[in-house]
This record gives sequence, C-alpha cells and structure tokens, in this order.
Amino acid sequence: MSLISRNVFRALVQGSQHVGKGVHTTAVNKDKNVCFAQHTISTLQTKEGRIKCTLIPGDGVGPEMVYSVQEVFKAANIPVDFESFFFSEVNPTLSAPLEDVVNSIAKNKICIKGILATPDFSHTGELQTLNMKLRNALDLYANVVHVKSLPNVKCRHHDVDCIIIREQTEGEYSALEHESVPGVVECLKIITAAKSERIAKFAFDYAVKMGRKKVTAVHKANIMKLGDGLFLRSCEEMAKLYPRIQFEKMIVDNCTMQMVSNPNQFDVMVTPNLYGNIVDNLASGLVGGAGVVAGASYSAECAVFEQGARHIFSGAVGKNIANPTAMLLCSANLLAHVNLHSYSKMIKNAVNKVLADGKVRTKDLGGQSTTKDFTYAVIHSLV
Amino acid sequence: MAVRILTRLVLPEIKGAAFASSAAAPATLSDFDVQHKTPVIRKQKLIPKAQYGGRHAVTMLPGGGIGPECMGYVRDIFKYIGAPVDFEVVDIDPNVDNDDDVQYAITTIKRNGVGLKGNIETKSEAAYVTSRNVALRNELDMYAYVLNCKSSGNIETKSEAAYVTSRNVALRNELDMYAYVLNCKSFPGVSTRHKDIDITIIRQNTEGEYAMLEHESVRGVIESMKVVTASNSERVARFAFEFAKKNGKKKVTTVHKANIMKLSDGLFLETSRRLAKEYPEIEHNDMIIDNCCMQLVAKPHQFDVMLMTNLYGSIVSNVVCGLLGGAGLLSGRNYGDHYAVFEPGTRNTGTAIAGKNVANPIAMINASIDMLEHLGHHYHAELLRRAVHRTVNEDRVLTPDCGGTASSTDVVNSIIGNIGHVGH
Repeated sequence: MSLISRNVFRALVQGSQHVGKGVHTTAVNKDKNVCFAQHTISTLQTKEGRIKCTLIPGDGVGPEMVYSVQEVFKAANIPVDFESFFFSEVNPTLSAPLEDVVNSIAKNKICIKGILATPDFSHTGELQTLNMKLRNALDLYANVVHVKSLPNVKCRHHDVDCIIIREQTEGEYSALEHESVPGVVECLKIITAAKSERIAKFAFDYAVKMGRKKVTAVHKANIMKLGDGLFLRSCEEMAKLYPRIQFEKMIVDNCTMQMVSNPNQFDVMVTPNLYGNIVDNLASGLVGGAGVVAGASYSAECAVFEQGARHIFSGAVGKNIANPTAMLLCSANLLAHVNLHSYSKMIKNAVNKVLADGKVRTKDLGGQSTTKDFTYAVIHSLV
Repeated sequence: MAVRILTRLVLPEIKGAAFASSAAAPATLSDFDVQHKTPVIRKQKLIPKAQYGGRHAVTMLPGGGIGPECMGYVRDIFKYIGAPVDFEVVDIDPNVDNDDDVQYAITTIKRNGVGLKGNIETKSEAAYVTSRNVALRNELDMYAYVLNCKSSGNIETKSEAAYVTSRNVALRNELDMYAYVLNCKSFPGVSTRHKDIDITIIRQNTEGEYAMLEHESVRGVIESMKVVTASNSERVARFAFEFAKKNGKKKVTTVHKANIMKLSDGLFLETSRRLAKEYPEIEHNDMIIDNCCMQLVAKPHQFDVMLMTNLYGSIVSNVVCGLLGGAGLLSGRNYGDHYAVFEPGTRNTGTAIAGKNVANPIAMINASIDMLEHLGHHYHAELLRRAVHRTVNEDRVLTPDCGGTASSTDVVNSIIGNIGHVGH
C-alpha cells in the first residue's frame, strides 16, 4: 500500500511538473492580459515578491485535487509558492514529521490541505488522530464551512447559503477515553468556558465581517445540561456584545431536521465539535456533496484551507474522476485571505462559469468528465 | 490598606508591561497581545481577542467632517499594501439625539480591542440646547450644566450641551482609556520655525477638568469640579515612565499648576515625583503650565516626554501641533488597560473643508500606522511609514495647510506610488 501510494504520489508530482509546463505555455497568451491588469491592483507581488503557502496533499484523491489547484495557479500566474509536505497517518513511514509541518504553517501563516485519512484503529494505540494533533499544535480552533448552492448543480434545495462554524479542539474530540472496568468504556467530552467564548466570539465576528444577520447556536443542552449548557451560556454571553445580530438557539436533532426540510432559514451557525462535524456533512450533502464545499480552519495566527466535508474518496484514487471544485474554491478563499482579491475572484468566477455552462461535469454532478477535463475547463474560463 | 490594594492591582499590570519591554521576551509579542494579557482591574470580563488566521478585526469610526474621506484613503492604502486588517465600520449619525450609535461603537471597540477613529460630532445637541438653554436656566436652580469639552478651538463644533456629554469624551471614559499619547516629531519636509522637535505628550485622558461635573449652586454662580485621583494619576504616571523606559527616552517633564491648585495638581505632581524615584535612570522635572507654553514656543528642544493632566494636555498638544505644521500631520493614541483607540492628533472635525479634497490625510494615515504597529504588523507599518516619509519629506507632496498645493488624493496617490519604491 505504501509503495503504491508513494509511486502514485511521485508520478503525480512529476506529472504536475510536466503538464504544468505544457499548460503554462498554452495558456500564457490568454493570461498575459489578465496579469497585466492584476499588477495594478494587487501589490503583494511587487511588495514582497511571492507568497509562500504550505501544501499538504493528503490521502485518497487529495493529491489529484491539489494538483488541479496547482495547475490553475500556474495558468493564472498567481504569485504563490507552495511548500509541499507529504503528511499522512495511513502512511506513517513516508509522512513528514508533525513538527516540520507545524513549523512550516506557523511560518507561512497559510496552508492548503487535502484530506487526511483516519484509520479506525491507530497503529500506535494513540487516541489522537494526526488531524487532531495538527489542530492542537496550531490551535486551529475554528472550522468554517460556507455552504452555498452552486449554479446549475441540481439539488433538492435552492439558494442555500449558510455558514457553519465549529469548535474543533475540544468537546468529544478531546481523545480522552478509557475502560474503567472491562466492558465499560468512558469517553470524556470536555467543554470549557474559555474555548466556548472564543468560538462564539469568532462566530459573531465572522457574521459581522460577512454582513450576516443571525447566529444560531446548535446544542443539546436539554440532555447535557452542564457541558452543552456551558457552551450555550457562553454563546448567550457573547451575543450581548452584538446587539445588531440576532441570536437564537436550536437543539441539534431539531436542527438537522430543519436543515434538510428548510435550510434557507439558517444564516450563521455555531456548534461544538461533534455536532459541527455532523451538520457540516449534512449541509454539504444539500448542495452537491463533498466535492463542492470549501472550508477553512482558523487559529489566531494562521489559516488552513481544506474541504468542508472531509472524505478521502479512496475509491476514486487514480481514476481521474473526483471533483476538484471544493479544492479550487478553497484556493480562491486562500487568495482572498492574503488580500489577492482579484485572483480570488478570477478563480471563483471561472469555477462558477464552468459549472453554470454545465458542459463539463464530473461524475458526482451527473457528468462524465474527468478531473483533468474540469481543471482545463476552469483554466480556459479564467478571465 | 488602600495602598496595598492599589499595589496589588497595579503591580501585575507593570509586570505585564515590563515583560513586553524586556529583551528576554519574544519579539513577536505585540502591544495587542500584551493588551489581552493585562489583568483585569475593573470588574469586567476579558473578551477573547479578535484575531483570526492572522487578520485583525478593527472598529472604524469615521466620525464627522473630513473623517469619512480620510478613512476612505486609509482603506485604499490598506487594500493596496495588503494589511491583514478587517475594518468594522460604525457610522455615528450626528443628527440623532439618542446615544445608541455611540453605545454600539463602544461595544464594538470592546469586542475588537482596537479602534481607529475620526472626530465624532455631537451636533444634535447644539440646536437642541441653544433653544432650550435659557428656559432651562430659569427653570431650575440647580442642574447639571455640562460643558461639552472640546479640546480644540474649532468654530464649527459648539461648546454647550446640557445633560449630554461629548461623544468623544464618553467613548474615552466608557473604555477607561486613561492615557493619551501624542508623538510630536518634526517633518523635515514641512517648513516650520523650529526644526527637529521630538516630544512625546502623555496626557491623563479621563478625569481632571473633563470629569464633567458642573452645577449652578446659586443662580449666577457655577462650580466646575476638577477631579484628580491618586489611582488614575499613578496609572498615567507609571504609563509615562514605562513609555520612556521602553522607548529609550531620557527625561519626563510633569506639567502642572500646583502653585495655584495646590491639592488637585499637587496630588498629580506628588504622584509623579514618587514614581520617578522608581525609575532612577530617567530624569524627572516639573514645570508650571504657563511657563511650559512659553518654553514650548521659544525653546521646544528641551522637552522629551511630557506628562500632564487632561486640560493642560489638550492645550499643550495643540501648541505643539501648531509648532510642527498644523492639525493635519500628527496622530494620537488613547490607551486603556484593555483597549486602544487611534485617532488624528488634534481633535478637529474639519467640517468646513469636508468634501473639498483639500483635507490633509497624513494625520489619519499616521494613526493607521500606529494601529498597525500596535497590532504587531511591523512590516506593513514600516512600509507605510517609509512611504509617508518619502511623500512628505522628499517629494514634498503637501496639502495647502502645510504650505503645499496638492489635493488630498494627490497625497494619497503619491504615498501609494511610493509604497512600490520603498518596497524594493
């Protein structure tokens, strides 16, 4: 397994160099005009040369998606350099050490990340997954998934547009489990006031920044009166500081039901760890699946851009059928985060245009096109 | 007992400040970080900091007059240099009587921790008061006749508003921003009588004459209270000495009128003398306000850091601003234990020149540089500072108030152009 994946990875990397060059030469005339126009607007490039970004291809179809992003970046001549790390839990021998990756992200402040596979049983007997270790090391406490209906993607609901904000460093993911008596396992869910306030403030500040009107706290305080109760109280406390944003609360089971029956009522949602994970995936399913929803994780200092619903899609590895939309939208968000708004818009518009035209669609959206076809279509729509 | 409580409360704060200034502390700890580490003195809860993925959320209060256009320039420039700051703009409607907008602005500063503000107009009460002023005066024997204390002698802001405090003062008091810092450094490109002035004015910002306690005890006799407290005097004095130590200043001058106001200014003076003993490496002297003003215009180079109470601070800072070339250049900083607000140095709204494209944007841009520095974005601050230096001192692109002929947009364009040059 490790051998195969190594070869696949190497082939991909080499392929990316070759094809990247080819793409660059073909697209260069088309993009020259674009980039001249860009120079006057964005100056990060002239200011400090190029931006460095950590890149973690991840497992499953991750490398293929990341490769698609790299191709688009090359074609659009975007001044971002990638610092690539192979990072994986299922391939511990090939994986870069956690410290290196953490240092790189801490230095670059931005990272684009594929999905890391999480085995059901750890090799080492540790309870913490690599994802959790990375999040804890960087204190990436807030996960933001912006679920938005895409043009011409057929779904049951239209005009879904909600932002789900999830605390992801505590709660059920504290990795504190033990078997106190044989046959009795206790799993600890930790909720702290400090972290609850922090995520609540994040949610409200995000709502302010995005010009949203309402924040919904998702909880289960009727059953977990103390744990979720604390989370809810912290949210209420923070809501007082935001008199111009409506605050409401909803129990998680009701929330999931409302989400599938009437998702348009939601604006910004703030959730503890596990509920967030579930609601993220549910909401992603509403607008077209894991392949089209972008997400991001924030700490105070850095931002990691990754897919909204984290599935490795191992069945599609090497088959060239996965949908790179999510990763491309991630990269566009990354560019907006570092103030390269014009480039960000360029990629977003291109992706939307390809989706709206509907000629090139990957399998998950009911088409027959390949990942590469889609990537090239996006490149040709860059304006 | 009181002293013991005070030392207990104040000491950790000093430790925090000392931690930031000592060489052993990591260089990455910005003032913004320190502000979030400072222990809470007043009964209030620490709010998590508004910094996400390296980007800061900052409250922007454009205020009235030339504020909105200057804020526009700042945003253009920030966009251009890619400063990692997201502004939350709160407009305060000067024509509304209630204080909802101001309260909201205060709330946003509380949760963001940092604000950038123009001067806020308190216009509505002008009409409201002038019509009712006389009637009120006759009706009541004793009522709070609150002077809206404006720091500058600009004509367009009226000075009388009963019951309603100035919004600027309300902002400072509510956020307990006890120290005001004005860095006065000569711009070589602006021709003035004195060259190479480098004075820092530190002013008590929340009490003194601005306590806004005035009443008419007997008809025709108005008493105005000037409140000086030991705790606030100590806080601001300590701030001044810490500031001097941190920035390698040699001398602190306390400005007062203790020969007349023996108790109030006397307390202020005594406190600063007492604290001076804790900082033997910094020279300390004091000067009476009237003499100080004369010395300032005659021999300004003798001053380094100046420490004073509220009203004197207002006067002296305007004197020094005048010495350096007008209201449009300098930027001031308001510091509390947990909040910081940055604004142009002289608090004029400049309503008369609003929208005419002649306002000097340098003051607001300097305030934004201070803000970037405070947030720890030293790279962007330095970039912008060098561009401003080049525009003002080398290219001499100046607005009419500094003896130039350029328009506001010319200045901003010149700065944006220079960012490209200094970046390489």
